[in-house]
Amino acid sequence: MNTVYTNIGHTSTGHTGTGAVNNAPVLRVENLSLGYTRHHTDGRTSKVAVLRDVSLQIHKGEVIGLVGESGCGKSTLALALLGFLRGGGEVLGGKVRYGKTSLFDLPDADLAALRGGDIALIPQNAGQSLTPTMKLGAQLAEALKLHSDLPQGQYRARAIELLTLVRLPSPEQLLERYPHQLSGGQQQRVAIAMALAGEPDVLLLDEPTTGLDVTTQAHILELLRELRQRLGTTMVFVSHDLGVIARISDRIAVMYAGELIELGSCAEILRSPAHPYTRGLLAAIPRLASGMLPAALPGYPPAVGARHQGCAFAARCSHVSPDCQERTPDQTALGTRQVRCNLPAPQLRQPLQLEGVPVPEVTVGEPLLSLDQVAVSYQQQSLWQKLRGQPESTATVDGIELSLKRGETLALVGESGSGKSTIMRSICGINPPRRGHIQLDDQPLNLPVEKRDAVLKRRVQMIFQNPDASLNPRHTIAEILAQPLKLYFGLTGAACRAKAAELLAQVRLGEHYLDRLPAQLSGGEKQRVAIARTFAGEPDLILCDEVTSALDVSVQAAVLQLLKQLQAERGVAYLFIAHDLAVVQAIADRVAVLYQGRLCEEGETRDLFAAPWHPYTETLLDAVLQPDPDHNPKLHSDDAAESQPPAQGCPFQNRCPRKLGSQCDNELPDWQQIRGKRLRCHIPARQLIGLQRV
Amino acid sequence: MTDSAAIENTALAASQSQSTQGRTPQKRSVQVWRSMRRSPAAMIALSILALHLIIALLAPWISPWDWTLQNGYNMLQPPSAAHWFGTDNMGRDVFSRTLMGGREALKVTLLGTLLAMLWGSLTGITLGLLGGRIDEWVMRAVDALLAIPWLLFLLLIISTIGQSGLTLVLTLGFFYGIAVIRVARGATLDFVARDFVMAARVRGESNWTIVRQELLPNVLDSLLVEGAMRWAWMLLAFSSLSFLGFGVVPPTPDWGLMIADTRGIMSIAPWATLFPALALSSLIISINLSADAFGKAMGLDRAKAPV
Amino acid sequence: MLKLILNRLVLAVLTLVAVCTLVFSVTEALPGDVCTAFLGRNAQGVRLENCRADRELHKPAIERFADWGYGVVSQGDLGRSLKRNKSINKLVGNRMRNTLVLATTAALIGIPLAIFLGVLAALRRDKATDVGISTGSIFAMTLPEFVSATLLIYIFAIQLKWFPAVTTVRHNAPLEDLLPNIVLPVAVLALVMTAHILRMVRSSMIDVMASDFVQMARLKGVPYWQIVFRHALPSAMLPAVNIIALTIAWLLGGVVIIEQVFNYPGIGTLMISAIYDRDLPLVQAIALVLAAIYVGVNLLADLTSLALNPRLRTARG
Repeated sequence: MNTVYTNIGHTSTGHTGTGAVNNAPVLRVENLSLGYTRHHTDGRTSKVAVLRDVSLQIHKGEVIGLVGESGCGKSTLALALLGFLRGGGEVLGGKVRYGKTSLFDLPDADLAALRGGDIALIPQNAGQSLTPTMKLGAQLAEALKLHSDLPQGQYRARAIELLTLVRLPSPEQLLERYPHQLSGGQQQRVAIAMALAGEPDVLLLDEPTTGLDVTTQAHILELLRELRQRLGTTMVFVSHDLGVIARISDRIAVMYAGELIELGSCAEILRSPAHPYTRGLLAAIPRLASGMLPAALPGYPPAVGARHQGCAFAARCSHVSPDCQERTPDQTALGTRQVRCNLPAPQLRQPLQLEGVPVPEVTVGEPLLSLDQVAVSYQQQSLWQKLRGQPESTATVDGIELSLKRGETLALVGESGSGKSTIMRSICGINPPRRGHIQLDDQPLNLPVEKRDAVLKRRVQMIFQNPDASLNPRHTIAEILAQPLKLYFGLTGAACRAKAAELLAQVRLGEHYLDRLPAQLSGGEKQRVAIARTFAGEPDLILCDEVTSALDVSVQAAVLQLLKQLQAERGVAYLFIAHDLAVVQAIADRVAVLYQGRLCEEGETRDLFAAPWHPYTETLLDAVLQPDPDHNPKLHSDDAAESQPPAQGCPFQNRCPRKLGSQCDNELPDWQQIRGKRLRCHIPARQLIGLQRV
Repeated sequence: MTDSAAIENTALAASQSQSTQGRTPQKRSVQVWRSMRRSPAAMIALSILALHLIIALLAPWISPWDWTLQNGYNMLQPPSAAHWFGTDNMGRDVFSRTLMGGREALKVTLLGTLLAMLWGSLTGITLGLLGGRIDEWVMRAVDALLAIPWLLFLLLIISTIGQSGLTLVLTLGFFYGIAVIRVARGATLDFVARDFVMAARVRGESNWTIVRQELLPNVLDSLLVEGAMRWAWMLLAFSSLSFLGFGVVPPTPDWGLMIADTRGIMSIAPWATLFPALALSSLIISINLSADAFGKAMGLDRAKAPV
Repeated sequence: MLKLILNRLVLAVLTLVAVCTLVFSVTEALPGDVCTAFLGRNAQGVRLENCRADRELHKPAIERFADWGYGVVSQGDLGRSLKRNKSINKLVGNRMRNTLVLATTAALIGIPLAIFLGVLAALRRDKATDVGISTGSIFAMTLPEFVSATLLIYIFAIQLKWFPAVTTVRHNAPLEDLLPNIVLPVAVLALVMTAHILRMVRSSMIDVMASDFVQMARLKGVPYWQIVFRHALPSAMLPAVNIIALTIAWLLGGVVIIEQVFNYPGIGTLMISAIYDRDLPLVQAIALVLAAIYVGVNLLADLTSLALNPRLRTARG
């Protein structure tokens, strides 16, 4: 039955907030196994399971968080709750029940009526999930026509009501817009409004905030929390990010290799996880307050559909016994929760200890890299514009002053569009600066890469975000590693191969990897190869562009450790970009905060994170979510997207919660130096410190 | 819909990840060949193509009659034991002429395709890599060149320079290369934005190395399929030219020319027209079907535009 | 948006100028001149002198090109034919109409049919329907036009005697006399056109049906056919439109052959005879006309994709 919300803002009965849960299950997953048929080259077929024997009850009014790494089956499970199988998928066993009806037994027409009506989905990438050729008004009207009893004349009014509900400004105008005219955050809000159009009993949220900026993510989560309080909707929230899950869930279901391995209340799981995987996962997440590198989980998660005997986690488990290789554990109750592990109960109940790994000592040496008043822009003035005397457009990045010593790690931090990557591209010579000087020791780096001499090319290397993209899929690992060896040292043949094997050993990979293709490696292994390739040039400076963001958390920790160890051994300097501030905390010595291509604040990582003084740093850090049930983010300013830096004044003027007035609009603030940090704000630093205590 | 592709992809991913456990994988060429062998259409097409090539090679030795021999007493004979495909209006043996009729076409188009692919793909890949103003202007010129109806262009040049085989190879090769530029550039653009090309640039590799080592191996699939398609289109153009009287010079037998010469007498001697038509069609169709199957086996299930 | 349309118009004109220049310079670059080419063996003495004087060949090439261009732009005057010694405009006029009737009819049948079959094949991908349509399209588009035309003539004109084998009416015949003659040529042209376009539509539709927003529409409970027509088809047509335009223009070459096979009094037959006669001024004029059709088709495609694509429509400027 649908709850009918006659009045927006009316609190539906019985739900007064987090934790208020009715006992009747709305959705029941009963021993569900999903998979597909694999066709072998010799014509044989076999069944491959993607989800194995999953049982889960979702109660009315609760928010359940589904968490796990990529390929663990969490999205497959969420879509199964809509009775949907991805292309080629089939049910290998079990049922999904909504009330009394079994979803996979329903005829297509009934299933279609249920989707978007009783159970609605909010997708991960709203931008690509809205039909690009239809106006938002038409798409909302379509949803209302399909899933509400409203007469046609009221669609428009209701659509405006829904857009207001998700806090979108000027909803009347939005109805006439196309999806591409909205920012990422706005698109996500529209997707939420569309899901609410059918007044669903259950909302499925598939990574709804992944890919959004930290502040936008925090805002969307607050909106969802508020909707949940007002409407009492049951939610299934899928995410790989335990920080997000912690913020919104009542209960958490942890998945690994297609199995549900632990299920319990949010606080219980985050404070005292029982399953060795959950423990390992929680320990591998970098924390803002830690000051250490997170402990790495050994090994890599199995590929989707990989078959195994016994416990799926046995290969990576520190408590593994011969029994685990043989016997597949059942989902058994442990107090109020359920765990899938062969270990005896007392061992599962041991408290969680977050022991980080101390950061290896690196000796910081001579100054290496310096940027002086660097400005970069992508648009070049055309001859026509020059002739007409048009002023140059505002530079994408401007006034950058930074320095980096040997053996040091400097992190650039900021939201998307803050110019982090632009700075990197100009240092590596892909997009040279328009003004200012970049120097490595005393050699100018202003030159584009093709004009640099061989030694200079060798000394600056770069590691990319996604190893799937940065390794040529047609080359073997040996060929990939041979490229820099040949280019910089002229190595060929056996000598080259020996050196390549040596490089692999440095990143803890065996020689047998040499003849493989990238597609045959897991994500973490690929990134190690990419790291080995950059070290082949024996560089002094390595630019790290979001190097761990494409990796799973359990693999990320190991890569971070590897990077730090290599730095200790080689004394290289890292310029590091990451959107995850906890990662930055773990690896960087110093942090520079950027907004719209301008520096806001810079200082030692520990100082800066402990006391973020600049209003933007404060906004950014307070929006960070942590895998801690007690942690509450603070929202200082709205998440309005800005496409261009302002032509004059403080770059943060439009969103600043502490804006003074016209001074901020017109004058670029000077640097203030205080307690080893420097920041750019019109408010005196001492006053800022005082303001934050309030 | 996309089901089978999705299954293939997942299955491929799964099999590849399994091979992480130590098995060395098959070579890609072996995989492609295996996949092609499962398609009966592909195997039939490949056999027909092979048959055509063999016949073209051996035609002068296996023809039962002299293909230029005219026999006034033996005109317009229907197919018989002596003349399998009958005789034409000059009493020539249609079977022998059909066997011979593909040689010139195959020779010219194979060389022409090679030329077109060579200059077209190198130009296209380089443009895709360089981008910017050069790319923009060259592509405009390419579009303008393609705006001239191809037949007019070819006819104009051939009618004034003369109908030698070399002229045909050069004009066809040049003109069809223009179309290859578009395809090669398009395929390159898919990869230029990838980080491995960026990585090579940051490393300081020369443009030539990037084209050869990073781009070529990745666009080779598309180029091979493109080459096969281009070959079929060129055969079509060549035989059209012959049909109009601008291709092969008589008395060299050629299917297009044979069809043109005999279609006036089709109501009394249809065999003289239909057998060369069948030979020509089966060759072009077998090339196209092979290219199609080849593309599918390599995972490029896309329609190819003629330009 | 206005800026975009203006941009396209300027580009179209530039393309035309480029084509003219190219054709003109090719004819200039070839050995001999218009008159030696035309007169062939008789290119000597008074006849050659007269011809040269008549065509004002003593003027520099640039000046003649400018004169010709000026004539085209100011009065739509395409010049004078050598062989027939009369105004090209008169020669081209009716034949242009005939060719357009042929091509438009084929397009009106071929394009909707291609979209229908392409979508059908995409939705039934790899099932019997798709395999049938796809294989059929390969046959239809790879058969040379003169072969399929010859086959159709053999079946429908010689064996069944339903339609005339070749056109016997003159180029200035009224439309109703022309009509029975266009059935077979239109059939051949429509066949090739449909085959080409349906393949583009199919591949584009397959891509779109696999996209996130189509999956999302299914998960929103939108009925299947509504997904296909409201959500998927407009996006699928976007990349297809420009390729369709290019293909149609490319098929103009095929029109020439089809006209030749059926002896149809269109611009194609005129072009072939002009080339046989080495009537270079006429060839230049026809090249210009054909290029104009190409540019026109492309412009139409640009406008269509503008109408289909909100991203372009809402772009500023």
